[in-house]
Amino acid sequence: MITLDDVTLTFPDGAARVTAVDRVSLSAPAGVVTGVTGPSGSGKSSLLAVAATLVRPDAGHVWVGDVDVTTLTRDEATALRRDEIGIVFQQSALLPSLTAREQLLVMAELDGGRDGGRGSGGARRGTARRRRQEVRSRADDLLDAVGLSQGADRRPAQLSGGQRQRVALARALVHAPSVLLVDEPTSALDQERGAEIMDLVARLTHDRGTATLLVTHDLVHREALDRLVTVVDGRVTGVDEGAAVRDGQLAAR
Amino acid sequence: MAGTGPVARLVTDAGEGPRRRKGSIVFVAWRDLRHARGRFVLIGSVVALITLLVGFLAGLTGGLAAQDVSAVLALPGDRLVLQQPSDGKPSFSESTIDATTTSDWRAASGVEDVTPVGIVQGRVSAPGGDATAVALFGVPGDAPGSTVADLSPGSDDSVGLSAGAADELGVSVGDEVTVTGTTYRVAVVGGDAWYSHTPVVALSSKAWADADRRLGGDGEATLLAVSGTPDWDAVAERTHTSAAPPWASLTALETFTSEVGSLGLMIVMLFGVSALVVGAFFTVWTLQRTGDIAVLKALGASTRSLRRDALGQALVVLVAGTGVGIALVSGLGALAGGVLPFLLSPLTTALPAVVTIVLGLAGAAVALRTVTTADPLTALGSNR
Repeated sequence: MITLDDVTLTFPDGAARVTAVDRVSLSAPAGVVTGVTGPSGSGKSSLLAVAATLVRPDAGHVWVGDVDVTTLTRDEATALRRDEIGIVFQQSALLPSLTAREQLLVMAELDGGRDGGRGSGGARRGTARRRRQEVRSRADDLLDAVGLSQGADRRPAQLSGGQRQRVALARALVHAPSVLLVDEPTSALDQERGAEIMDLVARLTHDRGTATLLVTHDLVHREALDRLVTVVDGRVTGVDEGAAVRDGQLAAR
Repeated sequence: MAGTGPVARLVTDAGEGPRRRKGSIVFVAWRDLRHARGRFVLIGSVVALITLLVGFLAGLTGGLAAQDVSAVLALPGDRLVLQQPSDGKPSFSESTIDATTTSDWRAASGVEDVTPVGIVQGRVSAPGGDATAVALFGVPGDAPGSTVADLSPGSDDSVGLSAGAADELGVSVGDEVTVTGTTYRVAVVGGDAWYSHTPVVALSSKAWADADRRLGGDGEATLLAVSGTPDWDAVAERTHTSAAPPWASLTALETFTSEVGSLGLMIVMLFGVSALVVGAFFTVWTLQRTGDIAVLKALGASTRSLRRDALGQALVVLVAGTGVGIALVSGLGALAGGVLPFLLSPLTTALPAVVTIVLGLAGAAVALRTVTTADPLTALGSNR
């Protein structure tokens, strides 16, 4: 689960400061797709940036599991993202030189193949090897799950927009994060491809039990969201728990 | 820090000190190299070209230096003793060592051997041939063994020719040559020895003194090659001479300092250019990758691993480029050696390559600032 507790985020704007997120409190439970919607400039992406530990809020706390990430140093926050958070960017943000499969394998190499575990160098090396093996085996499963096992050796330029977004989704999940953050995943896709991606996000969230926070500006694919939080002018103005959550089918996960 | 679960453990450990694990440190860099092959071949080609220029210039400098001073470095003795003028520095062209000074050095405590050596520029001709400029070296027949001493003819009516002199004159042992109007028999054709870009012709001390007088000199030796463990400074001061190891004496040869100084400066400038070019290449390349770097940071890549990735990439390109450059220097140097003074040795190939790599890495390190400053926040909501 990821929880934002009374979070405020401001940005400098000349001599003044603009409030992007204004005392927001919300939770994204495990196994549930929590959508965040609102008009342009409402603070959706800022909210996601705070949740992703990419920016420290001016006030409030962000909890990933039982860790208050607002107390972490930059290196610690980087390690947290590497291990516990998966991010799907708006435009897939794949690395042009890597094949689809390598986009996933890179997640085991983000600290140069090191591992954050305690103990001797040999023990750490062993853990890093295991981590690499785990990512390798999960990569094939995930590419299969997103329907790209046939395109695993293709580079981004050889993939369609929908395929790229599916690779990005697989990359975000390959290290088995507890939190999945998704930023406008359908903005560059047509409606059909967009629906496919949203269905994939929902299915993988339910199957893998990740706490998914998905920012979207339109509600064409509303049915893929288990909960919907509406943000206006940096404030939460409404929370629609959705039938499945209300009925306890998803919250129990 | 709150919590004790698996998340807390990972976060707690993230701030530990440097770790030794190498792992796949150039995972992205290696794939970038393969993907953008043309771009890196271009950068590598420039590195190879710079290595070729530096190596070729170093080879020419070495070759010219060898043609200038190889005979000086091939003299016997631990130190070379030159006349110390009352003002200024010692000079091969101005130095004369008289018999008294020679005796004083021989008498000095700790001196084991003193070889008076005369050096003068002259011309030598073979019958029916054109005169060739040579360096006439007067070396006593009992001088300790060395490339130059081994040319000593052993008698006053014969000469010893270095390989270069014999080659230029087109003569061999038993032939006759004319030195400053007097005819000598070629008794020895020995190793390669050059002085001031002219091949060495060795005469006995007496024959050299006669030749020197015919050329307008006083017939006195130019320097002493001294072996032993005397108090060098004290004896030198007492005898108004300077005593320096052969390599340190080279500064007393005007042509050497001017040639090597100019060419050395060109080499240093080329090294500077190489650092600048490689640094500029990698800075532009890294700037183009800023978006990718931001994404990698957002995904959890440590700045340290990204720096290592970038430097590893530069190292691969530099090693490949300098490797090709060294191969070209070796090939072209071997070809040029037949018509140009060119020294092909680790000093003129491996050393420039290593310096190019080190300076190239220093240039590439400038690009690391982009890696450090790339903001992972830009990965969110950007139209990459």
